[in-house]
Amino acid sequence: MEAHKLTLQGRGLACVRSGRPVFSGLDFSLHSGQALVLRGPNGSGKSTLLRLVAGLLVPAAGSILWSDASIAEDPDEYRANIHYLGHQTGLKTALTVAENIAFWAQLYGVEAAVEESCARLGLARIADLPVKYLSQGQQRRTALARLVAMPLPLWLLDEPNVGLDDFSNKVLQDLMAEHLASGGMIMAATHTELGIAHAAVLNLPGGSMQNSGAR
Amino acid sequence: MAFFALIGREVRLAWRQGNSSAMAVTFFLVAVTLFPLGIGPELSVLARISAGVIWVAALLSALLTLDRLFQQDFEDGSLDLLALAPMPMELIVLAKSIAHWLTTGLPLVVAAPLLAVLLNMDSGGLGILMLSLAIGTPALSLTGAIGAALTVTVRRGGVLMPLLILPLYVPTLIFGVGAVDAVLNNIVAGPNLLYLGALSLVALALAPFAAAAAIRLALE
Repeated sequence: MEAHKLTLQGRGLACVRSGRPVFSGLDFSLHSGQALVLRGPNGSGKSTLLRLVAGLLVPAAGSILWSDASIAEDPDEYRANIHYLGHQTGLKTALTVAENIAFWAQLYGVEAAVEESCARLGLARIADLPVKYLSQGQQRRTALARLVAMPLPLWLLDEPNVGLDDFSNKVLQDLMAEHLASGGMIMAATHTELGIAHAAVLNLPGGSMQNSGAR
Repeated sequence: MAFFALIGREVRLAWRQGNSSAMAVTFFLVAVTLFPLGIGPELSVLARISAGVIWVAALLSALLTLDRLFQQDFEDGSLDLLALAPMPMELIVLAKSIAHWLTTGLPLVVAAPLLAVLLNMDSGGLGILMLSLAIGTPALSLTGAIGAALTVTVRRGGVLMPLLILPLYVPTLIFGVGAVDAVLNNIVAGPNLLYLGALSLVALALAPFAAAAAIRLALE
């Protein structure tokens, strides 16, 4: 798998949201098989950093390098490597679990392993049910099934274990471990323990107010 | 392939949620039906205003369903995921506009002759009414996508959007009604239809770029 050569680096990243600096001078690096856990109080910019890395936001300063090339050079090529799972799951409540999973794979032009991913997340029996009838945790699992159904090297997870029961938490841990073992990368923001072995930790200092002196 | 998958998803959503198509057509029917009640049952007056009434009602019912075009995706997070997909935002806008036309514009074209008969339009005008709507309504969906994209982060965008978009609908309205009136008065409708087609083509060329730029801003 060519993923073994992949690296992701952030250099001197700064972000300003509505005139207020969120963080600045931030460096990180990540390579195949490695996980980076983002920690910090509310408002310290964990989600913002994930959106920056996803290319949804543009940094005020600094650059993000994907395999030593700035992501600004070929954003489309870079985006095709990312699974982003934010606070909102991006599920369509009128579509069934299976349809939701299959749609994203179609959009990426790949064959989706819908049945396997449903089985993996314990969704097999409700795969044909519209998402609106699912509980919060089940919806969260459906969103995770998307990551399994369509393998992409970089996972950006924003508090992925929110609302998951013990069983699903264990499944999520296994999924992340397998993803890393196969040469994938994970960048995850969390307040709790995600259970990733040997994960690097990036502590984001303070809330946006306290950090304003850093520039 | 991915493009058609997105159109398919949008059409399926509109169908499942059962609101957009049915709502647009029902609104269209009810709005047009109000005119004979308000103006009185004088057949010659109704026949005179029929083309204009039907076109205005078509504009309004297209607007009615447009405000949710991107907002639902924005609220449930799928707009983020669409922005990350290996497909340019311009194509995503185009696919969603096409789906909007298929679920609202096309049903309006089909429903229009029924309302024309209700308003005592001369039967010679029914064909051109459908034709002008078929050529003109794509411009409504495409131009409307710009308004929907600009107001995607506005909670009460349903009020703001018509203010932004209705002025842009004026040329389509003028040439659409002009084409029907021309045929009813035994004049050639060709020039009107050509302008109507040109408006739709201009919208097709420009709207995806404008709306995509607005969405990128909204996601920041």
